[in-house]
Amino acid sequence: MVPTLLSIGVIVFALTRFLPGGPIAALLGDKATDEAIARITAQYGFDKPLIIQFWKFINLALHGDLGESIAYRMPAMRLIGDRLPVTLTLTGLAVLIALAFAIPLAMVAASHQNRWPDFLIRGLFQIGLSSPIFYVGLLLLTVFAAGWRLFPVGGYGDTLPEKLYHLVLPALTLALSLSAVLMRSLRGAILAIMNAEFVDFARAKGLPPSSVLVRHILRNAVISTVTIVGLHIGELLGGAVITETVFAVPGVGRLMVDSIFARDYPVIQALTLCLALLVSLTFLATDLLHMALDPRIAR
Amino acid sequence: MSGAKASRLSATAIPAPLLIGAVFVTLMFACAAAPGLLAPYDPVAFDYSALLKPPSFAHPFGADNFGRDILSRTIYATRIDCQIAFFSTLAPLVIGSLVGLAAGYFGGWLDILLGRVIDLVLTFPFLVIVIAIVAVLGPGLVNMYVAVSIVGWVFYARLMRGEVLVQKQLDYVGAARVLGFGSARILFRHILPNAARPLLVYWVTDMALKILLGSSLGYLGLGAQPPEAEWGVLIADGKNFFTQAWWMTFFPGAAIVVAGLGFSLVGDGLADALDVKR
Repeated sequence: MVPTLLSIGVIVFALTRFLPGGPIAALLGDKATDEAIARITAQYGFDKPLIIQFWKFINLALHGDLGESIAYRMPAMRLIGDRLPVTLTLTGLAVLIALAFAIPLAMVAASHQNRWPDFLIRGLFQIGLSSPIFYVGLLLLTVFAAGWRLFPVGGYGDTLPEKLYHLVLPALTLALSLSAVLMRSLRGAILAIMNAEFVDFARAKGLPPSSVLVRHILRNAVISTVTIVGLHIGELLGGAVITETVFAVPGVGRLMVDSIFARDYPVIQALTLCLALLVSLTFLATDLLHMALDPRIAR
Repeated sequence: MSGAKASRLSATAIPAPLLIGAVFVTLMFACAAAPGLLAPYDPVAFDYSALLKPPSFAHPFGADNFGRDILSRTIYATRIDCQIAFFSTLAPLVIGSLVGLAAGYFGGWLDILLGRVIDLVLTFPFLVIVIAIVAVLGPGLVNMYVAVSIVGWVFYARLMRGEVLVQKQLDYVGAARVLGFGSARILFRHILPNAARPLLVYWVTDMALKILLGSSLGYLGLGAQPPEAEWGVLIADGKNFFTQAWWMTFFPGAAIVVAGLGFSLVGDGLADALDVKR
C-alpha cells in the first residue's frame, strides 16, 4: 500500500513539471505577481533540488494541502471535499442500478443458454458496451427529459429527494456499461457453477430449481460480482467525469473538465491524486471483502 | 460420416457475429477511404434553406444549424475516427509488446519494475489520467495520442508478459536454446509469433475502446478540435439543439456504436477463430 501511495505521489508531482512554465505557473496561473512567485517558491522549495521539492509536496499533501484553486480562490482540497459526495452518490446509485439490471438478466440468460432470450440479452448488452457514455446520456435526455419531460435536463437539487431525482438519468447512464460487464461475467459464473458437482447433488436431493439457483448458484456468483465492481471503480469514476459533464451535475468529474479549460492546475493535480487514492482504497476494500466472502482465499 | 461433415461445415462457415462485425468495419473503412464518393453533399457547405431540417429523402440524416448535411459530415468524420482507432493503439501495441517480451523472457529486475508500473497505472482511472495528461500537453488529437500511449502500453505489456511466461516453458523454446540460438533469435523468431495471437485479438478490441475514448474526448473538447469533423465533435455541436434536432446527435452517435460494435465483434470472432481465451 505504502509504495503504491508513494508512486501515486511521484506521478502527480511529475504531472505539472512537464507544463510549459513549470510548476510555478501551474500553481499561480499566468498572471502572478513577483511577490506571489517568491512566496510559492519558498513554500514549495522550487529553488531547491527535486528530491526536496518532492518531500515538501508530499509533506504538504499529507497535511491536506494541495495548493489553492486559481479559478475559485480556495484550497483545492476544500473544493474537492464539497463535491466528492455528489460523485460518490452518483457512483453508488449507478452500482445499485447496474446490479438490479445485471443479476436478473444474467439469470435469465444463463438458464436459457444459446436460446433466444440469451441471444437477445447478450446482443443488447453488446450494443450497450459499444455506446459511449455521453451518447447514452444525450439519448436519455432526448427521450426522458426533452420528450416525455419525466426528469430534469440537468443540474442538482437542494433537498435529498430532489438530488436523487436529478441523479436518476445520470446514474442510469453510468450504470449501463457496468451492468453489461457484470451481466457477462455473472452469466459465465452461473454457467460454470451450474455444471459443478454440488449443484448436481442439490438437484439430485430434489430441491426445486429456483432454490438451487438462488441458494447455491447465485451465492457463489456473488463473489465474482464483488470483485468486478471493485475492479471497475476506475472506469466508473472516469465515466462519472463524462456523465457529470453531460448532465451538469456539480461533482468532481465536472470540476475536472472545468479545471482543464480554466487551466486550474492545482485542482487537476489534487483531483488526480484523490481519485487515484479512492481507487487504491477500493481495491484494498475489495480484497478484504473477497477474503470475508470466500474463506478459501483467506488462508 | 454426418458428424464429420457437420464439423467441417462449422469450421468453414463464418459465424454471424463475426460476419456482422466485418461488414461494419468494412463500411467504416470504405467511408474513411473515399468519403467524397459516398457523401451526397459537401460536409462544410452551408445551406440556409435546410437549417435544422429533420431527416428526409434529400437529407437522410437531417441537416444541422448551418444547413450542413449530417450524413455527409458523419461520413467525412469516419476519417478522423479511423485515425484515432489506429494511432492511439499503434504505439501501445509496439512498445507494450517489446517491454512485455523482455520482462517475461528475462525476468529479474525488469519484470519486477514492470509489475510495479502495471499496479501503479491500474490505480489511476484510465480516463482521469489521460485527461490529466491532455490538460498538461494541451487539447488536440496528437496530444491525445501521446497521452493514451503513455498509459496504454501497460495493458499490452501485461498481456505479452503473461503469454511469454507460458511460451518459454514449452519444449520448442528449450529445443531452440539447446541448439544454441541467441536470445534475440528465440524471442523474435520463436516466441513472438506464438505469443502474438492474444495481442492481435486485444489490439482489435482495443480499437473499439479507443474509438469510444477518442469520441468522448472529442465531445469534451479535449480531442479532435472543431472544425475537424469527428463523431464526438459532431455530437458536441448537436448537444445544444437536442430538444429541437435530435438527429444532430443521434446519427453521429449511431456511427460510433456501429464502429465500436464492428471492431469488438471482429475481435470476439478472431478470439474464437484463433482459439484465444480471455
